[in-house]
Amino acid sequence: MQIIETGNTAAALGVKLARAQVIAAYPITPQTPLTEKLSEFIESGEMQAEYIPVESEHSALAICIAATSAGARSFTATSSNGLLYMHEQIQWAAGARLPLVMCVANRGVGAPWTIWNDHQDSISQRDTGWIQIYANDHQQIIDSVIKAFCLAEEVMVPVMICYDGYILSHTHMPFDVPDSEKVDAFLPPYRPPYALDPADPSNLNTVTMPDGRADVRGDISLGYMEIRHLLQRDMIEAVPALERVEERFQSVFGRGGNPYVEPYRCDDADYIAVSLGSLSYQLHDVVDTLRDEGVRAGVLSVHLYRPFPDRIIAEALNGCSGVVVFEKALSYGYQGPLCSDIKSALYRHAEGRPFVTNYILGLGGREITTQDLYEALKASCFPDGGAGEETRWIGLRFL
Amino acid sequence: MKSDNIEIRWHGRGGQGAITAAKIVAKAMFTSGYTGVVMVPTFGTERRGAPVFTSLKVSREKIYDLSPSKEPDIVVVLDHLLLEEEDITQGLKHDGLVVINSPLAVRSYRFNGSRVAVADVTDLSVKAGLPQGMVNSGIIGSFARAAGLVELDVLLKTIEDEFIGRKPGENSRAAQLCYENTIMGGL
Amino acid sequence: MPTRDYRKKISLSESGPGDAGKTGSWRIVRPVIDPDVCIPGRRKAPACYICWLYCPDGVISRSVPPRIDYQHCKGCGICAEECPTKAITMVEESSFIKE
Ligand code: SF4
Ligand code: SF4
Repeated sequence: MQIIETGNTAAALGVKLARAQVIAAYPITPQTPLTEKLSEFIESGEMQAEYIPVESEHSALAICIAATSAGARSFTATSSNGLLYMHEQIQWAAGARLPLVMCVANRGVGAPWTIWNDHQDSISQRDTGWIQIYANDHQQIIDSVIKAFCLAEEVMVPVMICYDGYILSHTHMPFDVPDSEKVDAFLPPYRPPYALDPADPSNLNTVTMPDGRADVRGDISLGYMEIRHLLQRDMIEAVPALERVEERFQSVFGRGGNPYVEPYRCDDADYIAVSLGSLSYQLHDVVDTLRDEGVRAGVLSVHLYRPFPDRIIAEALNGCSGVVVFEKALSYGYQGPLCSDIKSALYRHAEGRPFVTNYILGLGGREITTQDLYEALKASCFPDGGAGEETRWIGLRFL
Repeated sequence: MKSDNIEIRWHGRGGQGAITAAKIVAKAMFTSGYTGVVMVPTFGTERRGAPVFTSLKVSREKIYDLSPSKEPDIVVVLDHLLLEEEDITQGLKHDGLVVINSPLAVRSYRFNGSRVAVADVTDLSVKAGLPQGMVNSGIIGSFARAAGLVELDVLLKTIEDEFIGRKPGENSRAAQLCYENTIMGGL
Repeated sequence: MPTRDYRKKISLSESGPGDAGKTGSWRIVRPVIDPDVCIPGRRKAPACYICWLYCPDGVISRSVPPRIDYQHCKGCGICAEECPTKAITMVEESSFIKE
């Protein structure tokens, strides 16, 4: 059924359709309407789940960790400093190999305080061992949430679905809400490979030795390093696993496509803009304008950010002479994190290395005008257009 | 940047229902075959009584650019007193349209090169049986009359669906009354 | 994911002796229960078992009298500390080697 609603509602509907059993969350702008919606669904009996109110984001994720350890399908959501406050538990959930799903309505982080959009919050959680997926519109939000549970439970790695705060979370647009029966067919109830059971007690994630140890059966229990290596191996394995999930989703719902990247007019492009989230779609119109002017430009939207599909990205960029990375996050003292990742992918996999330009923009909700994007991309399409290889900021004033 | 989009900016006060009004029009236009419908509200500073605006972009194709409209084709004003506080016509296209809820006559308004449509939505909505100050369904009627983008029937049906359990009949009547009593002028 | 595979990927420990291997080799003092002082020993019936409850390695049995699995007892002395009748004495390991 097609409806016109906000991105937060799209996420909440996805969680409802996925039949999450335990939800714990703490309100924070701009995520709040998502968990409010879920609590309404549960209150009205539309959704059968336990909603556990908490006093902080740290506790929200701690509860989801406990619930998932006991075999429940669990969900939480947050933004900005709330995500940062979860950080310790975020690492824990990944190391404990719990198939949690979390939505992040992206917002800048303090100080200074901001409630508006950028990507610094989720990007700062890049190295925690969570799968990170960025959605560009409401259809992708609702579909990604449903697929996320499927993927998480297949590879036993938690998944973060990120979407732009306000720009997507609060904007209304049409999207299709999949049929409940179809979702049930696509996503059967969670069957945990292991769940805590009082009848057969055990300690989870107890201290490991630098080396392995024998367990009570006399078998080898792996050491910290092996356990972490397996997390890395399974993260890499999540790349093909995501393709299988996507294929299944497509066969049931008849939509979807490339789960890693979304290229737009990239095939014969000389210059390709790369970004995460809704910004990628804003770049579509810019590329159309440049094409009308005879510049062969394209946009590559990156959906899967961790595990980083480096080979796939390098292939998508293969043959172009310039790559222009637009980012709403920064590794302070260096450059945009996506830019570093793209360069590294090109270093490993590309034949001829294109010129890479990096723009930082939209921090703390600073308006991104389509005109600014047009000028920046155009300047980068001509290496002598003044863009250079330094990281540049778009939209700065007063300085 | 796309010229085939229609952009409608709604000005109201926090709590007045400008967002609901824009949402209803969005739904009605989607039903009428506009596949691209995006409504971007003012972000983060909604307080009761404070001036707010929301941008509605519609197109026959999917809309990729979610940035707020800079050059609206149509501006809808839910409270004529906002004209004294805000530059509501900022960026308005030269042959644009301004729809105002006002008790004043249409000739009191003149915006360079734009058409103006006026109805006393506040008064007409009370006549339709709504409590004082509920103007968001009524203004849709005036918008429908002035803009001619969407059939009144579709709008009335959408209003009734939206206000289910909250005086759907009166809301629909308010829109009908405002449709009939909107006076066009300007240029 | 099969349970077996999954259990490999996390650190999971079950209660019972041997979770850290043959920890009996760690011991420098050995807990020895005097059955004439120990409550179940004296009553010839199950009782007390404070030592069983406190032993961090789960190596004391709930038998009459309680028995200690010396392959895994690491000699921490908690049982001796907690025993309400002081039935457990910690004895130098070297004295057993001399015998
Ligand atoms: S705690 Fe002491 S008295 Fe109680 S069962 Fe153990 S050895 Fe015996
Ligand atoms: S000394 Fe006592 S408490 Fe410690 S491991 Fe040995 S039996 Fe258990």
